[in-house]
Amino acid sequence: MNKEEIRILAIESSCDETAAAVVVNGRDVRSNVISSQIDIHTLYGGVVPEIASRKHIERINQVVQQALDDADMALDEMDAVAVTYGPGLVGALLVGVAEAKAIAWARRLPLVGVHHIEGHISANYIENPDLEPPFGCLVVSGGHTHLVRVKDYGEYEILGKTADDAAGEAFDKVARAIGLGYPGGPKIDQAARKGDAFAIEFPRGKVRGSEYDFSFSGLKSAVLNYLNERRMKGEGIQTEDVAASFQRSVVDVLVEHSARAINEFGFRKFAIAGGVASNSALRAAMEEACRRRGVQFYRPSPILCTDNAAMIGAAAYYEYIKGVRSDLSLNAVPNLKLGER
Amino acid sequence: MMKLLAIDSSGMPASVAVMEDGILLAEYTVNFRRTHSQTLMPMLEEVRRTLDLNLDSLDAIAVAGGPGSFTGLRIGSATAKGIGLALNKPIIHVPTLEAMAYSYYGSDGLIVPMMDARRNQVFAGIYSFRFCRPRDILDSSQPQDNLNEQTGEDPLCVVMDQTPIDVVSLCEKLDVLSREKGKSVILSGDGAQVYHGLIEESMKSAHIYAPPHLAWQRAGCVAARAADLARMGKLESAAQHRPEYLRVSQAERVRAENAKH
Repeated sequence: MNKEEIRILAIESSCDETAAAVVVNGRDVRSNVISSQIDIHTLYGGVVPEIASRKHIERINQVVQQALDDADMALDEMDAVAVTYGPGLVGALLVGVAEAKAIAWARRLPLVGVHHIEGHISANYIENPDLEPPFGCLVVSGGHTHLVRVKDYGEYEILGKTADDAAGEAFDKVARAIGLGYPGGPKIDQAARKGDAFAIEFPRGKVRGSEYDFSFSGLKSAVLNYLNERRMKGEGIQTEDVAASFQRSVVDVLVEHSARAINEFGFRKFAIAGGVASNSALRAAMEEACRRRGVQFYRPSPILCTDNAAMIGAAAYYEYIKGVRSDLSLNAVPNLKLGER
Repeated sequence: MMKLLAIDSSGMPASVAVMEDGILLAEYTVNFRRTHSQTLMPMLEEVRRTLDLNLDSLDAIAVAGGPGSFTGLRIGSATAKGIGLALNKPIIHVPTLEAMAYSYYGSDGLIVPMMDARRNQVFAGIYSFRFCRPRDILDSSQPQDNLNEQTGEDPLCVVMDQTPIDVVSLCEKLDVLSREKGKSVILSGDGAQVYHGLIEESMKSAHIYAPPHLAWQRAGCVAARAADLARMGKLESAAQHRPEYLRVSQAERVRAENAKH
């Protein structure tokens, strides 16, 4: 076996995807298995933590085994086991953490606990061999909205984050209100393509005194108020226009803050990550903003934007080669902060 | 005869044990704060090191599979499943309350382990032990312990399978059973402590509360019950194993209720 190769079995269970992957040297994804629970959570209009935890435990072994089989590797050939230990739903995280610890213990493998957001950021390494820190990164998902300065591998400075709802959460809530259902992100993206983004003027959320922080609850309320008003007046609602106008409001704020960070910190490279990074309007607007500033733009394929374990394996590799190890008392930390251990 | 690693993290105690060929080699139980996610694996490592245990020599992993705290059950199950996957070993799913009944193995009473399930409810089971008849002994050339092992019978008699039940109904049921069978009642588990007052108000039959060393979940009991279950062929793959919560999630319950109206 070529010892230049560091092979990591990675596990992710922080929300509603049970995922495992085998990643070699942080960027070479040999397998990437994702078992989504979306069908069951759709019945409830959002992720139900207890149900998510139950589904994780029913699927975890099959998913891990599939990841090894797809990579055509045995546990013997792994150099480490990596696992997301936060942030996320505590009950969901605990399944992956307990499974990873047990596998590492039983096979005497080193264990590396990984921050979920670091994983999302690291998803960009997988398809872009030239991407190395420093760079700026916007992480937007159902649970997170972070504008991050990636100073080096594993070294992060949070420039801004959401003061209330995550961007993806706002998508879910607005999608529900206009009858598009769950999950809101893809549904709104699709509907918005047929709508007029300038039909309705929704507010851009601002957080007083912090130019990089985000706020989406005001925007969400503005959409709900708009819908109520129209209904009271007996006027119809153009779902596509609402979707497009709402989406423009979110994207404008995300791009504006990112562009300000690019200008202030002089990033030569900028990346987006997380589930909302799949949004076509956000991708197009960020690409354009970067192009105009002569900044190289990076974004993961949709399969690496969603929660997955390949990104956890990528992040874990850079921790592993620095000598970072977790011990058997590793716990799930639902509100784990970026850059903390 | 087999070598088992056993885990119970269903309730307040975290407990691990190793049993080989009918000998409990080690048992490590901590009944202090519910921090199973942090404590369970280091406890397993401590037992492994003390016994210089070769994990590959294990035949199966036994786990208290429920009822219990949903999170606690999943920590135990995911640990057992991870070990099972890593070592390619089967799992023996031990009903939590059956294992707790083994604290009273051989007692002549009605054994009633119960776990607090909130709002005057407990997860409870009612058990007694099946004794061998003298002719079984005469027929046997084997040593006279483990008689049931030779007859193939389950030594545990399940009078009422583990279920969520309200405390007063449980007491009424026990009064009837106690009268019918002429047996006294042994109450164990945290439910017996939490609802002590309610039980004293409701119960008419003779009863006794478990002392501290027998009142709680212990992995040694899980291992002993697991050996009997394994003998009866009750093994499953690590992939198949999942906890038995005995209760649907709140979201599912609400949804089902709404569907009715």
